[in-house]
Amino acid sequence: MNAIADLNWTPVCNVDDLLPNLGVCAKVADKQVAIFKIMENGSANLFAIDNHDPFSEANVLSRGIVGDLKGHTVVASPIYKHHFDLVTGQCLEDDVRIPVYPVRVQNGRVEVMVA
Amino acid sequence: MSKQKLVVIGNGMVGQKFLAQFAEQEQSIAFDITTFCEEPRPAYDRVYLSAYFSGKTAEDLSLVPAGFFETHNINLRLNDKAVSIDRANKLVETANGEKVPYDKLVLATGSYPFVPPIPGKDRPECLVYRTIEDLEAIKATAAKSRVGVVVGGGLLGLEAAKALKDLGLETHVVEFAPRLMAVQVDEGGGKLLRSMIESMGVKVHTGKNTQRIEDGSSSKLKMCFADGSELETDLILFSAGIRPRDELAKQSGLTMGERGGITVNNFCQTSDPDIFAIGECALWNGRIFGLVAPGYQMAQVAVDTITGKLASEFKGADMSTKLKLMGVDVASIGDAHGTTLGAQSYSFVDEINKVYKKIVVSSDNKYLLGAVLVGEAENYGTLLQMMLNNIELPEFPDMLILPQRDGAAAPAMGVDKLPDAAQICSCNNVSKGQICCAVQDGITELSALKAATKAGTSCGGCTALVGQVMNAELAKLGIEVKKDVCEHFPYSRQEIYHLVRVNNIRSFDELIAKFGKGKGCDICKPMTASILASCWNDFILKTEHAGLQDTNDYFMANMQKDGTYSVVPRVPGGEITPDGLIAIGAVAKKFNLYTKITGGQRIDLFGAQVHELPLIWKELIDAGFESGHAYGKSLRTVKSCVGSTWCRYGMLDSVGMAIRLENRYKGLRAPHKIKFAVSGCTRECAEAQGKDVGVIATEKGWNLYVCGNGGMKPRHADLIASDLDDATLIQYIDRFLMFYIKTADRLQRTSVWLDNLEGGLKYLADVIINDSLGIGSELEQQMEHVVNTYQDEWRTTVESPDKLKRFRHFVNSDAKDSNVVFVEERGQIRPATQEEKRIQLVAV
Ligand code: SRM
Ligand SMILES: Cc1cc2nc3c(=O)[nH]c(=O)nc-3n(C[C@H](O)[C@H](O)[C@H](O)COP(=O)(O)OP(=O)(O)OC[C@H]3O[C@@H](n4cnc5c(N)ncnc54)[C@H](O)[C@@H]3O)c2cc1C
Ligand code: SF4
Ligand code: FES
Repeated sequence: MNAIADLNWTPVCNVDDLLPNLGVCAKVADKQVAIFKIMENGSANLFAIDNHDPFSEANVLSRGIVGDLKGHTVVASPIYKHHFDLVTGQCLEDDVRIPVYPVRVQNGRVEVMVA
Repeated sequence: MSKQKLVVIGNGMVGQKFLAQFAEQEQSIAFDITTFCEEPRPAYDRVYLSAYFSGKTAEDLSLVPAGFFETHNINLRLNDKAVSIDRANKLVETANGEKVPYDKLVLATGSYPFVPPIPGKDRPECLVYRTIEDLEAIKATAAKSRVGVVVGGGLLGLEAAKALKDLGLETHVVEFAPRLMAVQVDEGGGKLLRSMIESMGVKVHTGKNTQRIEDGSSSKLKMCFADGSELETDLILFSAGIRPRDELAKQSGLTMGERGGITVNNFCQTSDPDIFAIGECALWNGRIFGLVAPGYQMAQVAVDTITGKLASEFKGADMSTKLKLMGVDVASIGDAHGTTLGAQSYSFVDEINKVYKKIVVSSDNKYLLGAVLVGEAENYGTLLQMMLNNIELPEFPDMLILPQRDGAAAPAMGVDKLPDAAQICSCNNVSKGQICCAVQDGITELSALKAATKAGTSCGGCTALVGQVMNAELAKLGIEVKKDVCEHFPYSRQEIYHLVRVNNIRSFDELIAKFGKGKGCDICKPMTASILASCWNDFILKTEHAGLQDTNDYFMANMQKDGTYSVVPRVPGGEITPDGLIAIGAVAKKFNLYTKITGGQRIDLFGAQVHELPLIWKELIDAGFESGHAYGKSLRTVKSCVGSTWCRYGMLDSVGMAIRLENRYKGLRAPHKIKFAVSGCTRECAEAQGKDVGVIATEKGWNLYVCGNGGMKPRHADLIASDLDDATLIQYIDRFLMFYIKTADRLQRTSVWLDNLEGGLKYLADVIINDSLGIGSELEQQMEHVVNTYQDEWRTTVESPDKLKRFRHFVNSDAKDSNVVFVEERGQIRPATQEEKRIQLVAV
């Protein structure tokens, strides 16, 4: 079972390609995945969500500002400033949820799993 | 039921106030209203008439909101003079013989300037100062004159003298009395006032009785005085007092005062109960009130009486005044001459700093009766309220006028001591009670309070007091005005700015660790980035600042709706060489960018994708261009008109100055974007009065305007200083911008900032010009630092390979974003609509 799951992890870049509290966008098959490295008390957490902003229909979420809002870790879309929860994909201002993807670091490589 | 007919003769300041207040009453629908206006335009602000010379137009001065007469169905008869009243048949007759019936008639005919019966007074160069037409005549005559004389050294005469001086004339004031402003100011004050007026370059002649005006020899006219002396001049402006326009009352047999004026009772009724008189034509208790505030009170009383409310009575008005000449503060309150029985006085004279202050107190030393302030009138509002409300004096009343040394705070008169009825804004008759009500209804900001109550919206002299009343009421209600920027910082932007400077904070992480909580957000991060840049001017793409920037700042371009970017190279002052144009055109063509001339006199290139930005900039930099900061909360453009180099009317080189200013302040980070413009003359082709900083050339230098705004809520900029040389202009702008950066809220343009600044324009002018806070040189140094450490962000980026890594859409592929699709329109690209994208994708 582990073996099957492992097949779906796609390596996308080196850990060094991620800068603290910033995002990048990775192309995985025909999907665009926004990956963020968020610092908390000196350690880094990675998050991956879809790069597509449903409000502007532009692929821009990796270029938003990250932070926290009312207890959620979020990214703000650079276009109309909607906030998306990086854990659940839920939009904080509207009843919209965007896809989130598992992400991990394996041997210095960042990997995401896109179904 | 047929409607009653209400006729108002005169559409001046008071007539218009009457109409505005009448129209607000429910009962107004039961009236057909007609108003006669002898002048060619409806009511305008006579109090600010002089501003016409410094560039305000008749429209700027208008007191009539757009569509006012139409909305309220008022029949406005412009250029139409009422010539007689037939009281028996209740008819008003007009100049062309038409007869207009009335049930109620209001006379608001104002007054006319008195011209003493001196032989020669009717010569074409003898003028008066009352209407816009008068000012046009003065301007035209001044253009052919070298010397000008104002006859009359009162409030208006001095204002007129300043106007003549500004028109470039050698200016004299001739006064019959032994001192200037004899009505308001005592001998000591008069002496000091004279020396201040003289130091402004106006020659003062007191105790002069003009007997004849004859042909001059070196100038057009010669004035001959009773003492045998003479004065040659090209223009004479009479400002020797006003006389009520009571000719209609006289003709129709209404009761009048011995020396003129239409007699009215406490309800502003004349001897005919259906006829009212208000404003400067009305005589109440043997007195004429030559100020606008009492006229406004009369208007309210007449409205109440005609609508049957009988709610208010006119009981006289306070004649305290504050002169609004730039550079000379003069105020007179109540019994300035100490004529009340038993009155005593304290006075303070400082001949070095030119300050004279006197207070007149009651015989028991308990109450303030009057005051004279010359050279410094800071506590006019406080003293006035003390007198009007009979507030008991402090133990040592001289504290009120003695200078405060060693940082001791001036004795404040807690606003809580004022009764609710205390009039805080006299221009608009707003009481303390009304302000408190507005605050109770939820207003917490000065600008909103001004909009809701109109307090502080005319002369502005009361704004500090209005602010104090608001704050006291907020405190009383237990409302803490939260200015916290967001959930991560319990501070306002101004406080955070201060924390950063004082604690020498250099990064967001340090700031949030010390003064905030959590991880930050898209509000506090860009704000901190901006403050760090304003203070230290670090390269904005330094790794530790990178995550703080809005995408526009991060990629140094403006994100568009489809995720592509626009590129705006700086074109200082809008001046560009043919080669520059060709270079921009070549880059646009090579990268297939949509091009458009912006509203800021430069060129915007749209449709660039992230990976193309450095390539585009490499070429633009090679062609000599720099970042235009169209993406930043920073200086955008300095718009210019062509100016004296080419234009036949240009006074100075506006393009040169615009370029100089743009290069000085480019890259400066601020709470919001900042726009400038420089016009070469008062025709104002660069629209400088719509900008945060506007500069207009005059014959004698630069006029500086501040805090204008276009956009959603346009605001005309305010003139803050005139006739500046280049160095002073730049000094003032340095101070202005740094003071704004220090004190404004996040995303607050200068216009909104000023509207919320306690003390308003006067306070700002004091800080910038008189350095009242003593921070002038500090502000200049801080600006100097920013100017000296400027770097073109795009050049730095293009030259540092590690910074270039971020400019790609995918971290793991060189592919482009397939969602970015263009179609062609009018010969250029534009983003495809979602519909078009679907079709194209199918087609592929
Ligand atoms: C490009 C341009 C329109 C054009 O094609 O002409 C433009 C485009 C935008 N303006 Fe503007 N404004 C442009 C001149 C103006 C002007 C005219 C001027 O500067 O003389 C004004 C009115 C003057 C003023 O600001 O007082 C103007 C008043 C605004 C406002 C309203 C500001 C206000 O205080 O009311 C906004 C909204 C804001 O800033 O919050 C705005 C916001 C914007 C934004 C940033 C909206 C956005 O978030 O996307 C647009 C950025 C487009 C881009 O990516 O470049 N733009 N905008 C002009 C760029 C000038 C330049 O060379 O830099
Ligand atoms: C340069 C200047 C500066 C001033 N500064 C100040 C100041 O700082 N503070 C202050 O309180 N006051 C100031 N004043 C005074 C203030 O302007 C007046 O008190 C105010 O305008 C009086 O209003 P009003 O309506 O009574 O008269 P006006 O504003 O003069 O209006 C009367 C109108 O009636 C019209 N009219 C007259 N007769 C007829 C008729 N028969 N038919 C039709 N129309 C007619 C006139 O043409 C005029 O338009 C200043 C005045 C001037 C000229
Ligand atoms: S007016 Fe509106 S649509 Fe036009 S450029 Fe400015 S912000 Fe954009
Ligand atoms: S007193 Fe003039 S605006 Fe308030």
